[in-house]
Amino acid sequence: MIEVKNITKIYKTGVEELRALDDVSFSIEDGEFVAIMGPSGSGKSTMMHILGALDTPTDGKYFLDGKDVSTLSDDELADIRKNKIGFVFQSFNLLPRTTVLRNVMLPLVYKGVGEEEKEQRAKESLYSAGFDESHFNHLSNQLSGGQIQRVAIARALVNNPTLILADEPTGNLDTKTGEVVLETFQRLNREQGRTIILITHERDVAEHAERIIFIKDGQIFEDGRNHTRRII
Amino acid sequence: MLVKKKMKLTDIFRETFTSLSANKARTGLTMLGIVIGIASVIAMTAIGQGAQSSIQASIEGLGSNLIYVYPGVIQPGRGIVSSGRGSAQNLKSEDVDVLLQISGITNISPELQRRFQIISQSGNNTNTTVTGTTSNYGTVHNTDTQTGNFISEANERSLAKVAVLGSTTATDLFDEDDPINKTIRINKVNFKVIGILETKGGSGFVNPDDIVIVPLSTMQKVLAGADYLSSMSVAVVDKDQMAIVKQELTDALLRKHNVEEADFSVMSQADILSTLTQVIDTFTIFLASIAGISLLVGGIGIMNMMLTTVTERTREIGLRKAVGAKRRDINNQFLIEAIVLTFSGGLAGVILGWLVSFTITSLGIIKTQVSFSSVLLAFGVSTVIGIIFGYYPARRASKLNPIEALRYE
Repeated sequence: MIEVKNITKIYKTGVEELRALDDVSFSIEDGEFVAIMGPSGSGKSTMMHILGALDTPTDGKYFLDGKDVSTLSDDELADIRKNKIGFVFQSFNLLPRTTVLRNVMLPLVYKGVGEEEKEQRAKESLYSAGFDESHFNHLSNQLSGGQIQRVAIARALVNNPTLILADEPTGNLDTKTGEVVLETFQRLNREQGRTIILITHERDVAEHAERIIFIKDGQIFEDGRNHTRRII
Repeated sequence: MLVKKKMKLTDIFRETFTSLSANKARTGLTMLGIVIGIASVIAMTAIGQGAQSSIQASIEGLGSNLIYVYPGVIQPGRGIVSSGRGSAQNLKSEDVDVLLQISGITNISPELQRRFQIISQSGNNTNTTVTGTTSNYGTVHNTDTQTGNFISEANERSLAKVAVLGSTTATDLFDEDDPINKTIRINKVNFKVIGILETKGGSGFVNPDDIVIVPLSTMQKVLAGADYLSSMSVAVVDKDQMAIVKQELTDALLRKHNVEEADFSVMSQADILSTLTQVIDTFTIFLASIAGISLLVGGIGIMNMMLTTVTERTREIGLRKAVGAKRRDINNQFLIEAIVLTFSGGLAGVILGWLVSFTITSLGIIKTQVSFSSVLLAFGVSTVIGIIFGYYPARRASKLNPIEALRYE
């Protein structure tokens, strides 16, 4: 359960003030598949950083599972990310020269999970993300773009998060591979009831979600069910 | 309530190994700085300690319970090097008789030393120290002849032109031949070889076997043309009485020379040993500090590499933070990476330093000693270098903002 109440984020660069988010409020129920859409500079990246507990708002409240995340310290935010959030980035960000399995295990390393359990959970996540078992011990730099993004999705799943945040997950993929990745998200949402927030500037991509929050100039321009949902 | 669990040590070391082996050439070259630094510290202290113990051994080998009397004054603070000594001519054979009255003194070997060119019959020649002394020399210096005889009292009285050779000198002059009863020329005077001293075998800076001994009277009247002594070696009955005898000896010589301030110097073996030890200690510290500088340079190399690594891995650090790594986790990871780097460098350095000292010993240059404490110190120092020079890069990594780090190109 996500509740965003009157969030404002102001960046100060010298004397100029940039109001990236201006009094934004919405809530997302568990199990929803939401796309946050907007052109570049709209504030959607700032929104993702706050939702992902990478940053705190200048003003307003953000409740994640009933806990106020908006006033936490750096280390407390790290704990939130560790336990409640899974990230999928546009540029994948896999560890180089590291096997697929080790990459997926990474979030569990910081949770102090034992070796066997780590491996078990990493494998389960990779199955969920639809990653081919024969490639589990391949190095990350031997994979194709689609495979890499599946590893990234598995890594986001491995700590069993409340929320999966995908930041332009198809941005570096061709349309066909992108479709496959989006299909994976839909399946995870449908079969496992995962809460997924998709950040994108493309309407095509956003249309894979059940609900679209359209952000423009730091404010919610439109928030509603996606009637033209594309299910693959 | 969130569960607070720490990162496992095995995970930290796995990460460290992965990142260090990612760029083997760079890791190796950076480590080389520490390896060379630690190796030179180990080798230098081994040489210093080896020199010290070999000098200690050769001084103790000269005979224990000895007091040396030299003419002239050795100025305090100037060690044993002084222009006064040797040039003074106020130590005479009569002084020996006065000193023999002192109860604690068992024997005295009066000596006059000069360097001469010596030629053997076969044409070999050498330049060495010729010591004129009496038959007491053997007892006082705890030495005897290996073959032939030592100088006798009769030789002494008759100004006999006879010589006893040290084993090194004998080999220098006669190669493998038996030198007994052969003739050598010292300063253009013929001497008959009557004995060879037993081999003392010292290493280090002084070779006790490179020596020629002739009767004191012959030395004074024939070779040097002088009636004074260059030193007296005084044997004391017991080690505990050294201090008392030293005092009595000083008083007796002051009375004999009829002076208030000593015109001679008295040194026990302990004095010489401590002076030499001091010199070698200074020398060792000097060498080790030069080696220490190379260690410092190595440390700066580590810091340089770690800073480069942090910059290169900015996105990785961002990712780690995004999946829940705390500042402390990132900090530990980079600090441990630096420590592992310097510690393994230290280990390799200890092995290399030990090999260098071993080689020096087996080449017979000097007998080196790698002490356990210097090895322990090397490990300590390399770890501390890792902590010091890894601290700043690790701190920088841990303070990176995850959002900016993830965006870093």
